[in-house]
Amino acid sequence: MNPNLKWKVVFIFAVVLICLYSIVGLPTFPTSLTQMRDNFAHQIKLGLDLQGGTHLILQVQVQEAVAQETDQTVDRLTTAMRTKNIHYDEVRRVDDTHVIVRNVSPDQDAQFRDLIHEQFENNWTLGSAPGDPNAVLLTMRPTTISAIQESTMTQSLETIERRINALGLTEPTIQPHGRVGRDNEILVQLPGEGDPAAAKRVIQAGGQLELKLVEDPNTYPSEAAALAAKGGVLPPGTELVQGSSEARSRAGQESGNVWYVLSRSPAVTGRDLRSATESRNTDMPGQWQINFVLSSDAGRNFGRFTEQNIGRQMAVVLEKKVYSAPTIQSRIEDTGRIDGNFSQESAHELAQILRAGALPASIKYLEERTVGPSLGADSVRHGVQASILSLLVVMVFMVFYYRLSGVNAVLALILNLVILLAALAMFGAVLTLPGIAGVILTIGMGVDSNVLVFERIREEIRNGKSSSAAVDAGFDKAFLTIIDTHVTTVVSAVFLFIFGTGPIRGFAVTLTIGLIANVFTAIYVSKTIFQYHLTKMDRQAELSI
Amino acid sequence: MIELFKQPNIDWMGKAKYFFALSGLLLLIGWSAITLKGGIKYGIDFRGGTNVDVRFAQPPDLDKLRAGLRQQGLGNSEIQGVSDIAVSNSNEVLIFVEQSGQSDQALDEGKAKVLTALNATYGVSGSSKPDFNSVTLTALANFLSQKDPLGLSVSAGDKYQVLAKNLHAYRDKEKNGVLTSLDDLAHADGANPAVISVLKDNFSLAPFAIRNVEIVGPKVGAELRNQAIRVTLYALAGMLVYIAFRFYGGQIGGSTGWAGKGAIGFALRFMDRIIFGLAAVLAVFHDVLITLGLFKIFGFEISLTVIAALLTLVGYSMNDTIVIFDRIRENSRLLRREPFAEVVNKSINQTLSRTILTSGLTFLTVLVLFLMGGQVLRAFAFALVVGIVVGTYSSFGIAAPLVVAWNRWRGKSAVAGTGTAAGNKARGNEGGSPRLATAGRR
Repeated sequence: MNPNLKWKVVFIFAVVLICLYSIVGLPTFPTSLTQMRDNFAHQIKLGLDLQGGTHLILQVQVQEAVAQETDQTVDRLTTAMRTKNIHYDEVRRVDDTHVIVRNVSPDQDAQFRDLIHEQFENNWTLGSAPGDPNAVLLTMRPTTISAIQESTMTQSLETIERRINALGLTEPTIQPHGRVGRDNEILVQLPGEGDPAAAKRVIQAGGQLELKLVEDPNTYPSEAAALAAKGGVLPPGTELVQGSSEARSRAGQESGNVWYVLSRSPAVTGRDLRSATESRNTDMPGQWQINFVLSSDAGRNFGRFTEQNIGRQMAVVLEKKVYSAPTIQSRIEDTGRIDGNFSQESAHELAQILRAGALPASIKYLEERTVGPSLGADSVRHGVQASILSLLVVMVFMVFYYRLSGVNAVLALILNLVILLAALAMFGAVLTLPGIAGVILTIGMGVDSNVLVFERIREEIRNGKSSSAAVDAGFDKAFLTIIDTHVTTVVSAVFLFIFGTGPIRGFAVTLTIGLIANVFTAIYVSKTIFQYHLTKMDRQAELSI
Repeated sequence: MIELFKQPNIDWMGKAKYFFALSGLLLLIGWSAITLKGGIKYGIDFRGGTNVDVRFAQPPDLDKLRAGLRQQGLGNSEIQGVSDIAVSNSNEVLIFVEQSGQSDQALDEGKAKVLTALNATYGVSGSSKPDFNSVTLTALANFLSQKDPLGLSVSAGDKYQVLAKNLHAYRDKEKNGVLTSLDDLAHADGANPAVISVLKDNFSLAPFAIRNVEIVGPKVGAELRNQAIRVTLYALAGMLVYIAFRFYGGQIGGSTGWAGKGAIGFALRFMDRIIFGLAAVLAVFHDVLITLGLFKIFGFEISLTVIAALLTLVGYSMNDTIVIFDRIRENSRLLRREPFAEVVNKSINQTLSRTILTSGLTFLTVLVLFLMGGQVLRAFAFALVVGIVVGTYSSFGIAAPLVVAWNRWRGKSAVAGTGTAAGNKARGNEGGSPRLATAGRR
């Protein structure tokens, strides 16, 4: 055998071994067939559509976080102007990204501009308000908007990840989805989870905890009543918050229709929590409560705060609802509790959510798909059956039509599939049901290359060439055509990969890998087999094709 | 040597007008099917809504089910039986509910209503015990370790997880997801009478199981639809660029009266250069349109996976066309004296057996997929089965004749640049060419 050919054979065997090793040889070297099967199951990961599970796409309402920033700016600007004694008529949010300031007294204009320059320049631009010569308009900078949106997305992702992880499911996927910076979508995949209800409840919960000082010992039966008592306008820095219908007063009355006047700025927020756990409520038998511990920094502040406000009420506000408003008896350093009409389960869930932290903005579900495990199992069965049958059909045809050369094609085809599976294992790609369809298509399209070459070889033989010259010419002339046909299909697959998600991507990936591997097997490997065969056979003998 | 065609000698270009007529007819039928019967039928991916796939233990009474759905205000939901060639009576039903409101909270409202309707119709709501056919793996594992029927207490480890997995697998794989009696679970690995009796005490069995639920919001659907159309067009444009580039400049020639001057002349000369690419892309576009028409006629829905199939088709249909075009180019150099149509005929004949073989083999594999791939892939496989046949036909029936027709219209019946164009010109204008000329201008 010529040395060149020998090295080719060695190379091909090396590729086969590496591929087989990556399919069934990992993570532990197999010593039995069962272990090989386990390794295979470990290496070739099945998509959600094959193993069953839940797929959710949700959208983070990032605009809310932007609007919130605008709200806070209104608050800060008001406070700052008051401390600097700048007179004005009105500071108001126009929309999510604009704040209007009306009638700043003309002689203080320079002072006002200085203030904006010093404290708000980074995130806002100052301009004139259309149609009102006495007003100025603050516009949020686009960079600020996208920074807020980005951090909201990141924070939401992290929070949802923590919450889902707390559910203890196996291998959940939580990742950004859609166009970066535009769609603000998150993909959540929960393999094996047939009922998305629990997961959705946990994801959806806002988990926004705040402790706020109660500014008015009286409570009111309605918003209007509270406003009326305050003469139509709330005192600056305060807000009206409704009591939660889940909370009950000590006497057991509903407190859903009670309104509190609270300080706007919270003393403690959910971010200051170090831990939260549920326990039995000592005061109300049969009910549960949530105990929380603050981080040390927040604890120091909270200690100072409670010391200054002994005798006053402090409201525990969750999701913008007052759960309880106990009176501060003494300095509290770092612990607290939330009373409410909680069952053990709801208390457990809430504690989990508090531990994971609040979502910075609300979310909206766009898509929900649940594949039951029986459908997944069905799909696997159908897919495997169809693959094996189509492989058999193709192999039988090739051997029948091209005889020994057909065997050559069959070997190349099997190696093609081995490389395809190995590539899936190495890249950690997921095999989906359309992915299996991609494998089947690879079987069909893979032998196309062999057909192109073989037909060309036959033509050359018909034209009177010797076997080895015909083989060379056949591969040579079919090469460009094979590349062409592959490029067009791969181009389609690439568009599909960009466009599609989940299962569709699985299809694009398997088809692309399959076709690329096909160039190697149908040309390099197949030609090597021919060359090897030609060295073994009689020079004058006819090629079996 | 087994051969499909010994020495085919068919005058393909002479039959071009029949091919154009056939394609026109197919396009017309498809187009009228789509316009007369309420447009393209989109699947849930593109129209939004709720799809619930239910498998029953017994053949379901559809009228009863419909009545139950109507009681939940789902009178206009679509119910469709799922049949499989392997399992003719799968007792499986697809319920489609239109997305009711634009409100965000309502995304899974349709699902909840369908579940309520099913429970009410099949008398599950009366039982306070949870349904074993719908219990999740996690819930089952938790239940088992709480009840501890094997008396393992602390030493249980993950034994109950494994047991739950086995019970689940038995239900889903052996019984297709619907158990009719909890006693059957005795066949599952690791289940003993103690386990069965605990399960019997605490679980009921609904006569159905939910196999699959898909909920797609209305916004997603509309957006995806646009995206799908766009990406298909991009793929076609990508093909055009690639093929035009690969076969670029094959047809530059001495300008004739038609070539003209200025912008029009430039455009025409440019078209001459990329005519192979244009013809190939037009042919593939024709394949996609005909496939869409057949989809409508056979009542398949256009889903995301179908778009995947169509895009694959765009790539795959090119293959035969490329093989033929490659041969045309090769032969144009060898057979300079022959008229162009004759060169094309020879090229098609020479490549005929490989065209039929390659397409035939791929066709066989997707046919297997269509027959055995299960209901989830049925529409996907249908697109490929139809598309491969149409795509193969269009490579010699549309793409090649388009190039010939263009050449003839441009007054060059022989391959341009050979210097013999003028001599053959008269011949090209004989017979059916005026009709072909109009076809070329379309």
